[in-house]
Amino acid sequence: MPLDIYAEEIISNYEHPHNKGKIDSPSVKLHENNPVCGDDITIYCAIKGDRLEDVKFEGDGCAISMGTASMLTDFVKGKSLSEIERMDLNTIKELIGMDPGPARVKCATLALKTLKGSLFLYQHKEPDASTKEL
Amino acid sequence: MAGIDVSKIKQDFPILNRVINGKRLVYLDSAATSQKPKQVIEKIKDYYENYNANIHRGIYKISEEATEAYIDSKRAASKFINSSSYNEIIYTKNATDSINLVALSWGEQNIKSGDHIMISEMEHHSNIVPWQMLAKRKGAVLDFVRVNDDLTSLDKDSLAENLDKCPKIVALTQVSNVLGTINDIRGISREAHSRGAMVLVDGAQSTPHMPVDVKDLGADFFVASSHKMLGPAGLGILYASSKVLEEMPPLIGGGDMILTVEKERSTWNTIPWKFEAGTANIEGGIGFGAAIEYLNSVGMSRIREHEKEITRYALEMIEGIKNVRAYGYPANNIKDKAGVISFTIDGVHPHDVATIFDSDGVAIRAGHHCAMPLVKSVLHLPAVSRMSFYIYNDERDVDAAVEAIKKTKTIFKKV
Ligand SMILES: Cc1ncc(COP(=O)(O)O)c(C=O)c1O
Repeated sequence: MPLDIYAEEIISNYEHPHNKGKIDSPSVKLHENNPVCGDDITIYCAIKGDRLEDVKFEGDGCAISMGTASMLTDFVKGKSLSEIERMDLNTIKELIGMDPGPARVKCATLALKTLKGSLFLYQHKEPDASTKEL
Repeated sequence: MAGIDVSKIKQDFPILNRVINGKRLVYLDSAATSQKPKQVIEKIKDYYENYNANIHRGIYKISEEATEAYIDSKRAASKFINSSSYNEIIYTKNATDSINLVALSWGEQNIKSGDHIMISEMEHHSNIVPWQMLAKRKGAVLDFVRVNDDLTSLDKDSLAENLDKCPKIVALTQVSNVLGTINDIRGISREAHSRGAMVLVDGAQSTPHMPVDVKDLGADFFVASSHKMLGPAGLGILYASSKVLEEMPPLIGGGDMILTVEKERSTWNTIPWKFEAGTANIEGGIGFGAAIEYLNSVGMSRIREHEKEITRYALEMIEGIKNVRAYGYPANNIKDKAGVISFTIDGVHPHDVATIFDSDGVAIRAGHHCAMPLVKSVLHLPAVSRMSFYIYNDERDVDAAVEAIKKTKTIFKKV
């Protein structure tokens, strides 16, 4: 695996995460884990109308999962729910600037999977196929 | 005793010529599975090209040759662990399959409600789950011997306490695949036998790396996997004495395990065939025979000495690096430690460690290593990184690992 997976930005987001913590009385929250690695995340969303006003996360895991969670929460804040629902692995690849590769893809997509899952939960919808695939 | 010539041994392993990310492959994951020497690869190729046939049945030359080669491999396996006869060696899929066979056949017949089954906190899942399932079916009690506080070995008091519950069976690993601890099976089985228990020894991590003698250990059951001992995957062994095997009911019915079949009933074949229904993993057995031959040619005592030295060297290096912790016995107490080093780097997740190692061509494992009770509840960690050694590893391989640790520390600024 080429080492650009540990780009400066991922590491600094892992060591100094943004949006880390809870939201008091969130619109929705969801907990997920990745049993293979033991990565663990809870996402808290504050939703107004069809917009994600605020988002925070708590969790434990590797630099890829936690660094991506930090970058993703920055990226999605203020976006519309439908826009977030369309995000997929490619969104993550662009966001972190590389392909995590088969060994680490589950780490890289954990935050997005959990975020999308929480939005479906909020709207009382079943997660769509693209979310289940993450 | 002269040491082993690793540079010569390396030449027997074609895979070690691979280049990964521009670096030579440094394989430090032999506790997961071993690499295969060309002697094993060629033996299997020779079987396919020259005497591929089903065994036990064909009255023709190549079937006889295949049958003979398969049984020869059992003879070699029998001798390798010092059982009395190849009739005491059952070929299974792997060590896991062997333990399940004991739990389902012997266990089903002998374990009753309220009986105790004793294992330990350092077992691999394969020596936990089959007993959990058996205990649930029977209403039996599963007891775990604790690991001591310095995380080196089984706790003496906990051991004595659990033996005093007079378990029906004691199932323990000879070598921990996480801590590398070599348990005193000989002493424990003496105590267990004096209380009437049967003893199962999980030899998955010992048989590849040190001389093993089932009689000296006092093992009533002994299991191992070919793929961890230079042989092909898909082949495991279960040893038990003829007496025990005669009394155990077969588990899987079908061809080869019977003597006669009528519409209403069948009679069982003699051991070991009673436990080997259907067409066997013939090429696996034959390849395993070649693996044993290879190990014998190097010498198991020498292999153990070599691994002791390389483990001591690695631990000395690792213990000298700040913010890196190795678990189990330290460098200055290597007598009961096999070539397995689990470690963590403060502030870095073990999976990130393994990815950075991989970028240097160094293959290590990260995770719970199929020992969740040990890693999560005893070490209190989500995962650990693990390097493990075999006959084809030398100090240069350790140096590559140490470099990778240093590289990890430069990538993560907080460390
Ligand atoms: C101590 C121990 N026991 C049992 C096993 C199971 O071996 P297999 O997966 O070949 O059945 C392993 C494999 O990692 C092991 O390390």
